[in-house]
Formats: sequence, C-alpha cells, structure tokens
Amino acid sequence: MAHAQSALITPSSRPAGKRVQMMATCLCDAFYDDVARATVEVLEHLGCTVEFPEGQTCCGQPAFNGGDWEASRRVVRHTAKVFAGDLPIIVPSGSCAAMMFHGAPLEFEKQPDLPEIEALGKRAWELVDFIVHGLGVKTWPGRYQAKVAFHRSCHSRGTCTGPAALALLSSIAGIEVVPFGEGEQCCGFGGTFSVSFPNVSKGMGTLKLEHIRAAQPDVLASIDMSCMMHLGGLAEKDGKPIKTLHVAQILRDALKNA
Amino acid sequence: MALQQIDQFAAKLRPDTRAAVYDGSKKGHEKRTAVLFDHYPDPDHLRRLAGNIKQHVVENLDTLLPAAAAALERNGVKVHWASTAEEANAAVLAIMQARGAKKMVKAKTMVSEETHLADYLGKNGVECVETDLGEFIIQIDGDHPSHIVKPIIHKNRREIATSFEKHGLGAYNDDPQTITRRARAHLRRKYLEADVGLTGANFVTADTGRLVLVTNEGNSRFCLAATKCHIAMVGIEKLLPRETDLGLYLNLLARSGTGQQLTVYTEFISGPRSPAQPDGPEEMHVIFVDNGRTEALASECREILRCIRCGACLNVCPVYRQASGHAYRSVYPGPVGAVLSPLLAGERFPELADLPKASSLCGACNEVCPVNIPIPDLLLRLRARGKEAGAKNAAAGTPPMGAWSLLATQPFAWRTSLTAGHTLNYVPKSLIPVPPMQTWLRDRTLPAWRGGAFRKWMKDRAKK
Repeated sequence: MAHAQSALITPSSRPAGKRVQMMATCLCDAFYDDVARATVEVLEHLGCTVEFPEGQTCCGQPAFNGGDWEASRRVVRHTAKVFAGDLPIIVPSGSCAAMMFHGAPLEFEKQPDLPEIEALGKRAWELVDFIVHGLGVKTWPGRYQAKVAFHRSCHSRGTCTGPAALALLSSIAGIEVVPFGEGEQCCGFGGTFSVSFPNVSKGMGTLKLEHIRAAQPDVLASIDMSCMMHLGGLAEKDGKPIKTLHVAQILRDALKNA
Repeated sequence: MALQQIDQFAAKLRPDTRAAVYDGSKKGHEKRTAVLFDHYPDPDHLRRLAGNIKQHVVENLDTLLPAAAAALERNGVKVHWASTAEEANAAVLAIMQARGAKKMVKAKTMVSEETHLADYLGKNGVECVETDLGEFIIQIDGDHPSHIVKPIIHKNRREIATSFEKHGLGAYNDDPQTITRRARAHLRRKYLEADVGLTGANFVTADTGRLVLVTNEGNSRFCLAATKCHIAMVGIEKLLPRETDLGLYLNLLARSGTGQQLTVYTEFISGPRSPAQPDGPEEMHVIFVDNGRTEALASECREILRCIRCGACLNVCPVYRQASGHAYRSVYPGPVGAVLSPLLAGERFPELADLPKASSLCGACNEVCPVNIPIPDLLLRLRARGKEAGAKNAAAGTPPMGAWSLLATQPFAWRTSLTAGHTLNYVPKSLIPVPPMQTWLRDRTLPAWRGGAFRKWMKDRAKK
C-alpha cells in the first residue's frame, strides 16, 4: 500500500478549458439553489459553457466519513458514471472536491476500478481554485460593499483554494476582508460528526462564532456551504443570526455593480 | 441511538478543566507556530523530510533494529526484547531483582505508561518514583496523564496545591515556585536513595547506538547521576538511521512540542560508565518494547509509527481542546491517540473503535505534524475497519448509510426525494422522527428546503 504523503494535496495537471461539467453538491441540490445558480452565472460570465449532468446525486462523502466505505463506493461509482468524459468538473465546495480527488481514491485503494476513480478525481476542481488557477483570473470586477469574514474551510487545507478565494475577494472594490482569531480552527461541522458528536461540535462552532463576531463582519463567507449551514444554524438558534454567503454569491453579486 | 462516549465525556467535563486544557493547548500551538515559522522559511519542507526518514525507519525495522542492538552492545549496553507489556515489565523487575534493588527513580516515558510499569513494580515490592514534576503529581493523585508532553494540562495550580497538602508536602500554597521547590526537595532525597534510574528514549541512532533524551526539568540527568544502573524502555519505532539525522529531529521535536528551539536538557548517552566516560551508571540496559507495534506495522496505518510524541496534534486539535485527554480512555489521547491507541489495543480494538470517530477530519493534526503523518487518512481507514468489525461504540450516533446510498445511486429516486423533502417546510420539524435531524435541531436551525429548485432553474433557462 502506498503511503499517503499528506492528507490533502491539490492534484497537479488537471484539465482546464471553458467547457465544463458542474457538480452542484447535495447541499445545493437540497438547500442552497442560489449558490448553484451563482456558480453557473460566475462561470458563464467567464465564458464557460456549463453542463449539468442530470443523473448526479452526491460525491459519496457522508458514508466515506462514517466508515461505511462499501456504501460510499457505490455512490462514487455512480458519480463516475454520470460524469463520464474528460471535461473539468467544477464543484462549489472544497469538501466535495477533496472527496473526489483525495477521499475516493483512498477508499478505492484495493478496488480494481481505482484508475477510473483516480481519473475522475483529477478532473475535479473546487470553483474558486478553477477560476484562479484553471482560468488564470486573478482579480474580480464590480463592487460589493461589505466587511467580509472569510472562513477557511478545512477541506481547503493544503490546497490552492484558500489563498485563491482570499485573493479574489480582496480584489473586489468595496470589500474589506476582516481577519478573526484562530482562523485555522475547524467550525465543528465535520459531516456526520455534527450529529454523532453534537456537544463537541457545538462547542467548536460556538468558539468559532465568538471569534467571527468579534471581527464584526457584515458577511461570513466560505467556499463550503456545509460550514455555513452549521455556523449559520447555530447563530440563528442562539437568536443572533449572521449573514452567510458562498464566495460564488459574492462574485456574482459584485458583477451586478460592474 | 446510543451516544459517542467521547462526546458524552466532553459534555460532562468541568468548565475549569476544559478551560485549562484549552488554554494550555492553544498556547502550545501558538508558540510552536511562531518559533517554527520564525526560524525556518519553509517548515513544511522539514516536516516532509522528517516524515520520509521516519517512514524509512518504519519500513526497515528488520535491519535497523539488529543494527541498533549491535551498536548498543558494542557500547557496553545489555539489550533486551519485549513483545508485550508484561514481558517489558518483567524484564525491568528481573534487572532490579538481579541487583537486589528495591528503589527506582523514573523519568517520563510514554512506553512505561503503556505497560503500567509503576503500578506493576509497586505490586512487586519495588518503589518507583516519578521524577517529572507533572508525572509526580499524577502519581501522588492516582491520576492519569492527559497529554503526551504536558501530563497535567488538565489541572490548575490550586488543585496541585491541594494534593501537595494532602500528601504531606507542606501547607496549602499555590505559588508555582513554591510547589516546584517542594517537589524538588522531596525528589532529591529519592534520587539519592534509588538503586536504579529508568528513562525512555526520544531517539536511538542505529549506526552508533546512541540514546537521546530530551527534558526540560533535568530530572532524567538526576535519575542517572546518583544511580548505579540505567534502564531505558524504548519502543521499537524510536530508531533513527544515523546520528546525522538527529539535527533535523531535535530541531523539529522541541519546536513542535514545546515551542522551544531546543529543550533545556538534551542528553546523548552512549553506554554505561567506561574508562573513556567516567560518569554515569555502571550498568545500562535497553529494553526494546513491541507491545502491538509490529501489528501496527502490518496494518493499513503503519505511518502512525513515525510519531515522535511531540503532542503538537493534541495542541491544535479542536476536539481534544473540547474533550480533554482523559476522554480518550487510553494512554495516547488526541489525534495520534485516536489512531495509535486502537491499533496498540490488538484484540481489544473494538473497545476503542470509537476513538477514530472523534474527529471532524479537519486536518489540522496533519498540518502541524513534524513527521507529516496523514492522521485524517488513518482515522478514516480505522473507521472503515470499525464498521467492518461491527463495533457498536463506533457506530453510535452515525446515521446509517444504506438507504442514502440507495437513493444516491438512483437519479429518479434522488430527484423524487428532492421534491418530497418540501414536506419539511410545512411539518413542524420537532415532529419528524429522524434522530440525526433531532440532534441537529437541538442546537441549530435548518435552512428552508429548496430541493430541486436549482434543477428547475437550469431546465427553464435551457428552454429559453
């Protein structure tokens, strides 16, 4: 068995180009349709043709993280079938992208179809990573008037996504990116962790919210809606709601003031 | 649905204990980061290098261990091999008995925690005194370490002052200097009385048979200064191929563990007293301890054997900070413990199969690890193993995935459930009998269900 070098490394030599497939993610499919729309609109603004394979469901991460690798592999195989071809696959989630390029190959280590799964992973791009490193876009036009706290979601650790998102956001007129304490710490979502370790998860999220609130942002932004669902949900339940957005939504809305 | 033990432990943790653990860990992490990045332009490069060398060690123990043993013997050290904790403890006792020794002073060593050496010796009529201040406090309290480097991170000085008073070490006084002075006075006598000093080893070089110890209190030096016999208990993975590798590891270990450039004391021990080396014990033993390590080596998680016990992954871990080390019910807590402890448990793996679940898989542990262990990947592999083993404690609170995987492989059913989910917007959520959803809703709200809305939008624009 090959030993892993690091938990997460963005794959090198991924396909770029302006014809792309989009994976909406199950969270956007169920809750955050506007994030998926913003993703399409942002990509189209950049001249991309976006295909949306109708048969798509989920990246397989819930079962992968839960330890049920058999169930997860079934879903990953389905995804590989639905996203056949060689186009870049753009995902508005660092977490789902990491599942595709890192998680899935891990659970397929001993499977005969590992090469297909690895090939699928090498086509997966987190949206902002694709915009900056796939399409070479370094700054963003338009205006967005807000103090933005950017939550560096954990599945972008070790990948190019965090710096890419910060660079894009900082380049938008009107945006002030406000740093906050312990930015390297997890928000406590962690997929099924959020319900199997509810007390620890809440403790982590509460701490994160304290740090974020201290920076007094207008908007909390991330490239993962899972973290936003958790933090936003905690804040709302606590009676002190915060505005959460996906970076794609900010990019799209900035264009309206271009 | 049963609950995860570590989460339950965290929920019941005393607020002042949580605060002590949180503050201690956070400070440790901040010092580590400041020192590493202040001194090196690219610490990650060093971490990867150190990881590769240690991986080489782990994969070549079959040749490096005999080489190390031969080098140690050339230096006049008696080498012993122990497969199990029992064998390791028995080897220590046999050395004591052969010398007619009744008293031991002991430096901090995690492997002796694994074997519960102090208890074992006590039951066999040998007094074994912990000389590391933290471990000493643990010993008089009958407590357990909750951190690899800072064993009493969970205690505050008021608790320590109370137990000193209880154990006849002076009237209540929670001034740290006073506490330290009292412990020192007590321990100095113990050093002088002892026949044998026991230590671990941070590194053993295979080429020269040199044993390297790092401490901050100097207690291991005292253990060896006054005693006639030195016993070192060493996990078989503690080897480095060459003496020249020490520079890399000593620089990383101190910075990662305590945020120091170098620990206050770094001892290089190349055998017992000899004409060329007139100081130190006249007799020296190294006991190489397996205790489950070869099984870990044969497993899908062998990378964990790279670990140099710096504790950086504990310090950065948000779950450790919330739950404390005792939540992990084992000698090694935190992220490294969540991998290592179930592996070392052997047949008792199912008892600790829930430990790998105690992580949001945030990856901070991998990011700080001086030997770049891919801890999240190993946690995931052990989750899969726990699932295959049908471990109930590991499954607690995890929603079953069978129905989900069925839906997620059938696009029509998936799309139908996206539509059906709209019921969520009309039925009071508290009435929905899905345990994970109720757990979610205890502390958080759920956004409005918008299932299928994006797909409809995509279709509608295609028509235009």
